[in-house]
Amino acid sequence: MATKKLLFVVRALPYKTEASRLALTHAIASQSVEIYLKDGDLVEASIAFIGDGVMNCLKNQQAMKHYGITSIEGHMKNTLLLDMKVMICKEDLDKFGIKEDALLMDAEDIGGETNAQIVPFSEIQKEMESVDHLLFC
Amino acid sequence: MGKLTIGCFSSLVGSLSLDFSVKLAEAAVKKGHTVDYWMSGNATMLAKKGQKAFKDYSFVSKTIQELIATGKFQITACEACAEARGYHKEDCPDGFKRFSMDWYLASTFDADRVLHIGGD
Repeated sequence: MATKKLLFVVRALPYKTEASRLALTHAIASQSVEIYLKDGDLVEASIAFIGDGVMNCLKNQQAMKHYGITSIEGHMKNTLLLDMKVMICKEDLDKFGIKEDALLMDAEDIGGETNAQIVPFSEIQKEMESVDHLLFC
Repeated sequence: MGKLTIGCFSSLVGSLSLDFSVKLAEAAVKKGHTVDYWMSGNATMLAKKGQKAFKDYSFVSKTIQELIATGKFQITACEACAEARGYHKEDCPDGFKRFSMDWYLASTFDADRVLHIGGD
């Protein structure tokens, strides 16, 4: 029985490419990974948004209205609903002048109990050092 | 010998990142390692048969077939990403697999190294 930890580090802007969406959907896929593994083995995914990637965390995204697709915000809510660790880089938010109240920090409206965390980059770096594999998107 | 899991989101032809990852897989297999290769997003273009070689465009289909023939290389496309682009099961070249994203995450479980190319 073992758990392998993955960290998806999202640097890509939302909607410009598919990368940030794919990071979230791949992280969510960790929930059904057991079908390929031995009993008791797990893959645990967490997500960190850094650089331009912090833009993915803005709330009130209107992707369905403008592009006819689900929003990245919706995928973020799903990660929180699944109790995944979601970190947002404080320094990068400061650079863009983005305040916490502009961000999606919880998924309470769909029953989520876990909140996203705004953390200094040093904490994200610690997380990077603690996981088994890093996946930059 | 080790196991390398490579994930790629970058498109065929439009980005040489995908070519780089295939060359890396080739080098690893030649050294005796095994490689799981995962394609998501635009990288699923690689999972379309009938590609032709032109000198102005990269062409990795032949390399991929040679890698599959070694028995040390598995290549799998994200089924949803492929279907969204109109690449269906019957369009897949021989030896390619199609699964959902959890296949990739499961592959990382026993990988000695994971190389993820997550941009276009």
